[in-house]
Amino acid sequence: MDKFEKFSGIAAPMPLVNIDTDMIIPKQFLKTIKRSGLGVNAFAEMRYNSDGSEVGDFVLNKSAYREASILVAGDNFGCGSSREHAPWALSDFGIKVVVSTSFADIFFNNCFKNGMLPIILPEEQVEILMNDAEKGSNARMEVDLEAQTITSSDGSVFSFDVDPFKKHCLLNGLDDIGLTMEKSSSIEAFEKKLEIERPWL
Amino acid sequence: MTTPKTLYDKIWDAHVAHEADDGTCLLYIDRHLVHEVTSPQAFEGLRLAGRNVRAPEKTIAVPDHNVPTTIDRESGIDNEESRIQVEALDKNARDFGVHYYPVSDIRQGIVHIVGPEQGWTLPGMTVVCGDSHTATHGAFGALAHGIGTSEVEHVLATQTLIQKKSKNMKVEIKGKLRPGVTAKDITLSVIGATGTAGGTGYVIEYCGEAIRDLSMEGRMTVCNMAIEGGARAGLIAPDEKTFEYCKGRPHAPKGAAWEQAVEYWKSLFTDEGAHFDKVIEIDGEDIAPVVTWGTSPEDVLPITDSVPAPESFQGGKVEAVKRSLDYMGLSAGQKLTDIKIDTVFIGSCTNGRIEDLRAAAKILEGKKVKDGMRAMVVPGSGLVRAQAEEEGLADIFKDAGFEWRLAGCSMCLAMNPDQLSEGERCASTSNRNFEGRQGYKGRTHLVSPAMAAAAAVTGYLTDVREMI
Ligand code: SF4
Repeated sequence: MDKFEKFSGIAAPMPLVNIDTDMIIPKQFLKTIKRSGLGVNAFAEMRYNSDGSEVGDFVLNKSAYREASILVAGDNFGCGSSREHAPWALSDFGIKVVVSTSFADIFFNNCFKNGMLPIILPEEQVEILMNDAEKGSNARMEVDLEAQTITSSDGSVFSFDVDPFKKHCLLNGLDDIGLTMEKSSSIEAFEKKLEIERPWL
Repeated sequence: MTTPKTLYDKIWDAHVAHEADDGTCLLYIDRHLVHEVTSPQAFEGLRLAGRNVRAPEKTIAVPDHNVPTTIDRESGIDNEESRIQVEALDKNARDFGVHYYPVSDIRQGIVHIVGPEQGWTLPGMTVVCGDSHTATHGAFGALAHGIGTSEVEHVLATQTLIQKKSKNMKVEIKGKLRPGVTAKDITLSVIGATGTAGGTGYVIEYCGEAIRDLSMEGRMTVCNMAIEGGARAGLIAPDEKTFEYCKGRPHAPKGAAWEQAVEYWKSLFTDEGAHFDKVIEIDGEDIAPVVTWGTSPEDVLPITDSVPAPESFQGGKVEAVKRSLDYMGLSAGQKLTDIKIDTVFIGSCTNGRIEDLRAAAKILEGKKVKDGMRAMVVPGSGLVRAQAEEEGLADIFKDAGFEWRLAGCSMCLAMNPDQLSEGERCASTSNRNFEGRQGYKGRTHLVSPAMAAAAAVTGYLTDVREMI
C-alpha cells in the first residue's frame, strides 16, 4: 500500500445522506476480476444515463470536480452491503479522503484496508467544508494526517480524531498483510513446530 | 488439573501463531480453498505488491459458481464475465502453483465437496475459503469458516488470518431421528429454533446421539448451514466414522503418518465439564421433515403445518413476513402440502453428495416426474456423478424424467445459466431461500433430497413419509 502523505486536493460536495454502497458501486459490477478499474463505474447509476452518456449535473461530471480527491458527504456514508468494491471504486477514481459526520462501520474499516482516510467531523464543521467545496476547483483543501488536520481553502483548520494504530498503518503504507509479514518469524516458528507435532499436514 | 476445553478451544489453541496484547491472534491456516468469484482481486493484489503464495501446497483452487452444468460445457462458457472469471482462476492457479482442478478434470466440483472428497479436509485443521459455506468442513472436527476478499489475499500471502476468538455454543440433538427425517431437517429445524442471528458471535458444536448416528455426508449437511444460523462455524467431534471416511483419500496421510494422525485426532473432543456460553437441546424425536415457506432459512415448519399469519410474529418480523408471503405468492393458512411446485433442484454443497442422490433415487425408483415439471440433479462433483452412474442412480433419475447434469453450484445461486424465471416455484435442496437467490423473482422452498424427490413425483410439497 502507498504511504498516506500530506496532500492538497479538490473536494467535491455530496450533501446527500445515506449514500449506500449500492450507489457507490452497483451490483452489476461485482462480476469483475479486478479491484482496479472500478473508478469509471463509481456512482454509475447517478453518474450515467441509460445510454451511457454522462448526467450533466452530477457533481463528479462537472469539469471543476473531475480531479477531486476528497469527498465531503452527508451523514451515514457507505451504508448497506459490505462489498469491498465500494472503497475500491472510490480509490480507483482518485478519492483519498471522505469527510462526513458519520460512516457505516464496515465501509469505514474497509477504507483503511485500502489506503483511504475517512474523517469524522461535527455537523457544523462538515457544513463549512461543504460550502468550501462548493467553490469548485480553485478551492483546494489540505489534509495532514500526521497533524490530524484538514484545512479549508480560506485557511480554517479543523482537527480530527483517528485510531492511533490505523494512523500508523496509513502513514507507513502498512496494510494488514504488511503488518502480518512483520511477524513472519512467529509464523515460521509455528510452521517448524507444526512439522514436528503434526507432520501429516 | 488443567481447565477443561471445548473442541473449539482445542483447535483454536493449536493454531495461534501469534497473540497481541489485546487478544488479536494470528491464526495459522492449514487449508485454503479458492474459487473463481472471490479470488481474482486477491491474486491481483499479490501481483501488484510483488508477493507470492506462501504455502501453495496448502492451497486448492476449483471453479464452481460460474460453471455451466450442461453436457456441452466443454465448448466453453457463453457469458463473457463468467468465462473471464473462470479463466482468471485458471491463470492464477497455474501462475502461483497451487493445486488446481480445472473444469475438464473429473475431480472438479463444488469446492466444499471436492475438499473432503480429495482428503484435503482432515480433523483438527483450520480451513478457510472466500465463501460462507466453508462451514461444511466442520463435519470433520475442523475449524472452517468463510472469509472476505482482503482476507483471501491475507491468507494467500501469510497463511494466517487476523482473528479474535468467538464464543462457544453447544447444540445437542438427543436420541434418535424418526423415519423419513434427515440431516437437512435437523439443520433447518435448528435454524428455525434459534433464528438466523441466533448463532452470531459463536462457533457451534453439534453433538448428541442423532448427530453421532449421521454419516459423514449427513454431518456435512448439518455443518454447511451453521452459517445460515449466523454462526461463524459449526463443528462435530471426529470419531471412527470420520477416520473411516478420510482413510485412503488421495491427500490423507498414509502408513505411520496415518497412525500418528489418528492418535492426535482422538484427542479432539470437548472435555467433561468444559464451558459453553450457550446451550440448545432438541429431541431428535421431535424433528419432522420440514420445508421453508418464506425468504429466510429461519422460516421453516414441519410439512404437516400451514403457512403462518404475519400477525403471529412479533416486532419487525411482522412486516418481513408480509413481504415474504407476498414475494412467495402464498397466503396465511394455506396447507404446505397444497403448494404446487414447478421445478425441483437436487444438488449444492448442502445436498449434492452421493448419499443425497441415493436418498432421492430411493423415492424416485419406478416413478415419474409429474407432467409439466422441470427437474434436475446436479451432482456435487464429477466423482459423485461417476459413482452415481456406477450405482445405477443416474438411470433412476433419467428414467423418472430428471435432467442429469455435470458438477457445479448450478441453481443454488443465479450466477450461471441455471436460473428460475419470474414466479417459478422450486423445491430445492440448497441452503438459501433469499429473494432472487435462484433467479430474479424466483421462489425457493428448501427441503431435503428425499422431500425434493417426493415433490417431483406429486407436483406439490409432499410429506415424504407417505412414500416410504
Ligand atoms: S453450492 Fe451454493 S452455497 Fe454451495 S458454494 Fe456453491 S453457490 Fe455457495
